[in-house]
Amino acid sequence: MTNPTTTTEASSSTGSAPAQVPAPDEVDATSVVRKHLLDLDDLSVAEITELLDSAEGMLEITGRDIRKTPALRGKTIITMFFENSTRTRVSFEQAGKILGADVINVTASASSVSKGESLLNTVKTLQAMPIDALVIRHPHSGAPYFVSNHTDASVINAGDGTHAHPTQSLLDLFTVRNHVGDITGKKIAIVGDVLYSRVARSDILAFQKMGAEVTVSCPNTLLPDEWKLGSTLGDETGFGGLKLACNVDEAVDSADVVMTLRIQQERQDAGHLPSLREYSDRWGINAKRLALANDGALLMHPGPMNEGVEISSEVAHGAQSVVEEQVRNGVAVRMAVLYKLCAPGKSTRIGGGDEAQAQN
Amino acid sequence: MAARKLSITGGRLIDPAQGIDRIADVLISNGKIVGIAEFSSDNVHDGYEVIDAAGMIVSPGFVDLHTHLRDPGQEWKETISTGTRAAAHGGFTTVCAMPNTDPVQDSASVVLDVIRRSAADGVVRVLPIGAVSVGQHGKQLAPMGELADAGVIGFSDDGNPVVDANLMRQALAYSVEVGLPIINHAEDKKIGAGGVMSAGLVATRLGLAGVPSEAETAMVTRDLQLAELTGARLHIPHISTVGSIAALRAAKDRGVDVTAEVTPHHLTLNDEWVFGLKGVIPAQVGRESYDTNTKVNPPLRSRADVDAVIEALSEGLIDIIATDHAPHAETDKVCTYDEAAHGINVLETAFSSVFELVGNSKISLSRLIESLTAGPAKILNRDLGSLKQGFSADVAIIDPNSKWVVNPKEFASKSANSPLSGVELTGRVVRTIYQGETVFDMVTSANSGARA
Repeated sequence: MTNPTTTTEASSSTGSAPAQVPAPDEVDATSVVRKHLLDLDDLSVAEITELLDSAEGMLEITGRDIRKTPALRGKTIITMFFENSTRTRVSFEQAGKILGADVINVTASASSVSKGESLLNTVKTLQAMPIDALVIRHPHSGAPYFVSNHTDASVINAGDGTHAHPTQSLLDLFTVRNHVGDITGKKIAIVGDVLYSRVARSDILAFQKMGAEVTVSCPNTLLPDEWKLGSTLGDETGFGGLKLACNVDEAVDSADVVMTLRIQQERQDAGHLPSLREYSDRWGINAKRLALANDGALLMHPGPMNEGVEISSEVAHGAQSVVEEQVRNGVAVRMAVLYKLCAPGKSTRIGGGDEAQAQN
Repeated sequence: MAARKLSITGGRLIDPAQGIDRIADVLISNGKIVGIAEFSSDNVHDGYEVIDAAGMIVSPGFVDLHTHLRDPGQEWKETISTGTRAAAHGGFTTVCAMPNTDPVQDSASVVLDVIRRSAADGVVRVLPIGAVSVGQHGKQLAPMGELADAGVIGFSDDGNPVVDANLMRQALAYSVEVGLPIINHAEDKKIGAGGVMSAGLVATRLGLAGVPSEAETAMVTRDLQLAELTGARLHIPHISTVGSIAALRAAKDRGVDVTAEVTPHHLTLNDEWVFGLKGVIPAQVGRESYDTNTKVNPPLRSRADVDAVIEALSEGLIDIIATDHAPHAETDKVCTYDEAAHGINVLETAFSSVFELVGNSKISLSRLIESLTAGPAKILNRDLGSLKQGFSADVAIIDPNSKWVVNPKEFASKSANSPLSGVELTGRVVRTIYQGETVFDMVTSANSGARA
């Protein structure tokens, strides 16, 4: 299960990647044996780049007539979803299956969790069976970190509370990179429920790490108290350089990417918002607002969308929208993650014409 | 009680109630203090058994105004027996038992049961605190007269603030007749709804819902106004914010009859401990983060708040240290941070953790000991917390140089929920005497802990 591998083994797995001398930072990245993916803050730029490069090959595989490789044949992956999800759960399941792994889906409502079993005992129970990876989504921040301390399997965070959603961020990076190339210096505007959004947190970290300038805009009630509108965060916050726009137009102005986040009815019920109508009026992304961004700016949304609230139907399905592409890329990126974690020591790149070498 | 006579000789005797800080002997007979005698090396007090305290600090036994014994109702976390033994290990000879038991200490029958069983099973003095409201539900006043007659030392719905401002007003006004303080958990729960740690950049980084310090300050401010209105005695438990301290200062200046306590953890730990690296800020969130043993209410605050409570304690604005000893079972803590129970197991680390403040010159040793002895005794208005002639012979003997590594598994407490696990502390209670009897002696104790 744990399969520690050395740098030597990693680089000697023959001839898989394109036969060019990798840049020094790539050597560094591929030699890292990564056990868990809990957030992106402990991944180096090289390691992220490696995962994105790997996802390119995976994307090619997902486009084939016969979408199947044996790369993870004999591996068992369990997805444990303690919250409802369509795209993330299906995406992980498909990613695992295309790679040839056996994927078992556990949902809280149909498991012993509904009988009151604690998270610890659920994990210990699953741990007693032969498994290689646990993909977990949980409403509590830090749950995957907790789980990782009680299992020998690789743990992949598929969204924890209001903390992190690293595979969403990887697919967002991947989607943007496919359109703009180098992310360095690009302006990313994130509009939405920053206080409660794990996507916002992970995306801010991810895009900043890759050299982008990130600006957020949302009602002041949906920002942490210590984040002040109109300011730029310092390094002590862990989000150094993040700009907090005074209003949405300021954030979207000259942006290369506009990302809008789901706003939930419960924010209105909890008093964060006067009404969804007012939110839509002041923070909703529509054609007029999107026109403030750079020509050809990408419009993104992690889904599920409330059309007509945070995003108008017109732009959600317009020419600049890459929302469906994000979903499609999600499968490829999660394949790259599963492959990296479950097949340590193997080549990091399969697909894209290198299929033969990837089959062990 | 013991008929035998004890002489604790040659220690540095610190008794702030009498203004004593010198090398001297304490003489004990029949469970009472006989007096303080001058020390000389050839001085033998005839007929007294000698406890050699050379190199030690000799203090009145500590008095804790805020202890959760969990008994009756949650005996898997702590009992009167284990909780009072934990107290003895920490140098405490009096603990005031919070009423959030099951059943709640809101009637004479429950209070008298706790008193009776404490006399039978406890190894130190247990003074119960009665509930403010029936069932701690905040709807109807508990029978405060009946509770006072049964022996409670104050009233609290601890854990549950008295939300209804009028009920709080009536409770304060009604308490004037019996002369006992109202101890109100100061938190406006609406302000930090759902929060599990202090709001701030650590909470934001960890994605944990934060409680702003203003949730405490708002309630403290309200309670001070109501205490002023009624002329009643208000005791503020576990004060922890800069704003609360400012409000406390202003109220004391106006003559409001208010006292306040601070816990050892709010004096020594801040919210950065939630990262799980004993106060070190990591470059990235790690698998040791979300340390559930740091989850407590009020939450561990910012560095500025910690500095402010230390200063306020040092100058006497905050009157005393109280532990808020809150034992919890492993299942309450081996879980996600959101699920974890609030509370820290404090009694056995209390003195050692705050003694660090003396080493850092942030507070004087005599003031520290006063805040654990004479200070709480004054709030209780009882003959405790001093080595005056005729007082109960309650003594804590401290080795100021002993270094030890906290191992919660060795606690006398039934629970082990301490964020200080693995931390080295300096200064330790080595012997505790209650009513003239040794109730803890590190030399003979099986639970003596690792000595570095």
